[in-house]
Amino acid sequence: MKNKIRLFFLVIFLSFCFIIFLKGLDNSNIYTPRISEQKKLPIFQAKSFNSDIYIKSEKIFEKNSFYIVNIWASWCIPCRREHPLLMKLSKNKSVKLIGLNYKDNINNAKKFINELGNPYFQILIDKYGTLAVEFGAYGVPETFLINQDKIIVKKFVGPINQQIIDEIKLIIK
Amino acid sequence: MLANQIGYYSLVIGVLFSFFVCAASIKDFNSSNKRISQNVLALSFMQLTFVVVSFLSLILSFIKSDFSNETVFNNSHTTKPLFYKISGTWGNHEGSLLLWLLVLTLFIFVFLVKSRKQPKKYRILTLLIQQIIIIGFFLFVLITSNPFNYLFPIPNEGLGLNPILQDPILAIHPPILYLGYVGSSIIFSASLAAITQNYVSKEWGQHIKKWVLVSWIFLSIGIMLGSIWAYYELGWGGFWFWDPVENVSLMPWLTLTALLHCILVLEKRGVLKSWVVILSITTFTLSMCGTFLVRSGILNSVHTFANDPSRGIFILIFLFVLIFLSLGIFFLSHKEKNEDFYNFFWLSKETSILVNNWFMMYFLSVILIGTVYPIFLDVVTAEKISVGPPFYHKLIAPFLAPFLIFMAFAIKLKWIKSKIENRYSLIILFLTSLFLTFLIIKNLSTDLLFYTVLISAAFFLFFTTLKELFIQKLKNIPQTVAHFGFSLLMLSILFNSILSSEIITNIKIGERYNYNKSQIFFEKIEEKKGSNFNSIIGYFKITNENGKIIQLKPEIRIYNQPKIITSEADIKTTFLEDKFLVMNIVKGNEYFNIRYQTKPFMFWIWISVLLLSTGGLISVLKKNYEK
Repeated sequence: MKNKIRLFFLVIFLSFCFIIFLKGLDNSNIYTPRISEQKKLPIFQAKSFNSDIYIKSEKIFEKNSFYIVNIWASWCIPCRREHPLLMKLSKNKSVKLIGLNYKDNINNAKKFINELGNPYFQILIDKYGTLAVEFGAYGVPETFLINQDKIIVKKFVGPINQQIIDEIKLIIK
Repeated sequence: MLANQIGYYSLVIGVLFSFFVCAASIKDFNSSNKRISQNVLALSFMQLTFVVVSFLSLILSFIKSDFSNETVFNNSHTTKPLFYKISGTWGNHEGSLLLWLLVLTLFIFVFLVKSRKQPKKYRILTLLIQQIIIIGFFLFVLITSNPFNYLFPIPNEGLGLNPILQDPILAIHPPILYLGYVGSSIIFSASLAAITQNYVSKEWGQHIKKWVLVSWIFLSIGIMLGSIWAYYELGWGGFWFWDPVENVSLMPWLTLTALLHCILVLEKRGVLKSWVVILSITTFTLSMCGTFLVRSGILNSVHTFANDPSRGIFILIFLFVLIFLSLGIFFLSHKEKNEDFYNFFWLSKETSILVNNWFMMYFLSVILIGTVYPIFLDVVTAEKISVGPPFYHKLIAPFLAPFLIFMAFAIKLKWIKSKIENRYSLIILFLTSLFLTFLIIKNLSTDLLFYTVLISAAFFLFFTTLKELFIQKLKNIPQTVAHFGFSLLMLSILFNSILSSEIITNIKIGERYNYNKSQIFFEKIEEKKGSNFNSIIGYFKITNENGKIIQLKPEIRIYNQPKIITSEADIKTTFLEDKFLVMNIVKGNEYFNIRYQTKPFMFWIWISVLLLSTGGLISVLKKNYEK
């Protein structure tokens, strides 16, 4: 009798595992980030760069403004190269820059900002790189343009250049 | 071309022979003959021959770069060195399954030849269960992953083998690991056959022990080879990352280790039968589960060859058919008898092996949860989490210290009833370990209490096994060598983790980078041409605190087919320390990103795994277990 009960539960449990694995096959985890243009901005919460508090994404992204999410890290050399352009862009009043600090050492990141200036309206920490996956990023640097309706309208892989800046300016006009 | 045809048809004939073997053995099962009929043996040999022919013809297609074969086209290239053309045979999904099939048929044949003294019905049942597995794999290969698909028009050039797989160690890592995995399939079939025949006994234990040991040795070495490869090739500078792929190979190792210990009790006392059977089933199931997880694309890894979902579904269904089949057999044949309610004296080898089992089960469940839970969570709630080293360290480390101390006591225990001898010398050894540990790590800025406890436990085991080695002479040598190897492994891993250092910086040619009294000097770069890649070699001079200069030459390789850039670390290995330097190109810039690491005792990690396996090997070669 005891054996039958054991067998019963084992079979139930294993069948559950089977279904889970079968489902898991559908949403394959080979992390190919989805092409995320024209996608709604993910809802998330992240640690702030300057304090230990967690900020909800709804609090950061308000309606009626354009946002740029820039994924960067202090160890990433191209980030260093695109930084002056971001500084320039930050002077533009119609767009707010949000930095996503990707898999970085906080002290190095602070050094980076002190050295090169802070173009960001807000910096969020993505210590394990999971937020970047939410955004559909392939790596650093990557830049996303978000419109007033919180939709990702444009995604730029790699460092931004003057041409991209011009493109962004055209959209936010 | 011809080889392609031969290979394919051999496979088809091979699957036919599986059915012949089944038919012949069912017919033989009830015959009055006391020995297995020669027909069965001959048919099984024919089956093996056809798989060998099929495998050889695939190797031939690779050697000749016959691109009319889709597998060759996808994974080979004419400029590839001959050695990697051959190893490319199993460096891909289709070929590796064919290799798996080859080992399966080889092992069952060896089993039949080697088990002449065993009861006939048991042997036939083992053969039948093994044939079910073999047929499953045959169908898997033929239906979803045929290695002999024909391409027309014939391409002029192949796509090439992934460069990170072009490595001598990786050429032998899969076959060795497979020998371990497939060995566990024999144990699985044999224990199911034994339980239906009510033959789980001392004699059976003695007979199956060799198989357990052999699989265990191959699995240990296979895991180590994978780890060495990851250490120098992936450029991460570590040897174990708790990556799901590594975990799925460690899990069967843990159950196999527990099984190895249980078999000793079975062989000696004829008890722990349920443990033995359940562990045999679990080991093979976990091996299959590993194959499913890494091959189906459910986990992301370098081992993910299969990106066709139908393959994943096939393995999954096959896996669960096997699980349910084995459960059915187990519960139908298993009768709870008195002997299963063991009543061991608390201080005896039997009890200590039981405790060891529970430790293993704990480690197993931690790793299992860490590996599978993210998949469950993703499916149920669509939330993605990644479980990293901190999870495993936090859950495993606190149990490691008692485990090691317990082991130090346990290896001296005798069967049935024992007492702890030489208490004073044990206490002295323990105090010495504690003192020594404290001396070593008091100056380090690590978690003092935590590491003192862990390292002194490891030292304690180290000293007790060392003492055993000297006083025991040749008695019970396999056990002592293996446990000594394990203590050395733990010590090396622990010291490696607290004494490692790392420098990451960007540097350009001619520049010097200074850090605590040491200096890294980037002298120059040189370009070189290999047979299927171009490489950039960096020349670095590293001066350490004592003014000693070493030169390291890390390499960046640009492979032509497929176009992939890899970083080859340069590692200077000495007895005490590895110096590890790897560089990367920083795009559009004169800077190179370098990572310089000093990793103490790396050498001893590999040596101790070899020692561990040597312990097993001595045991295989030895005729009788200790009296």
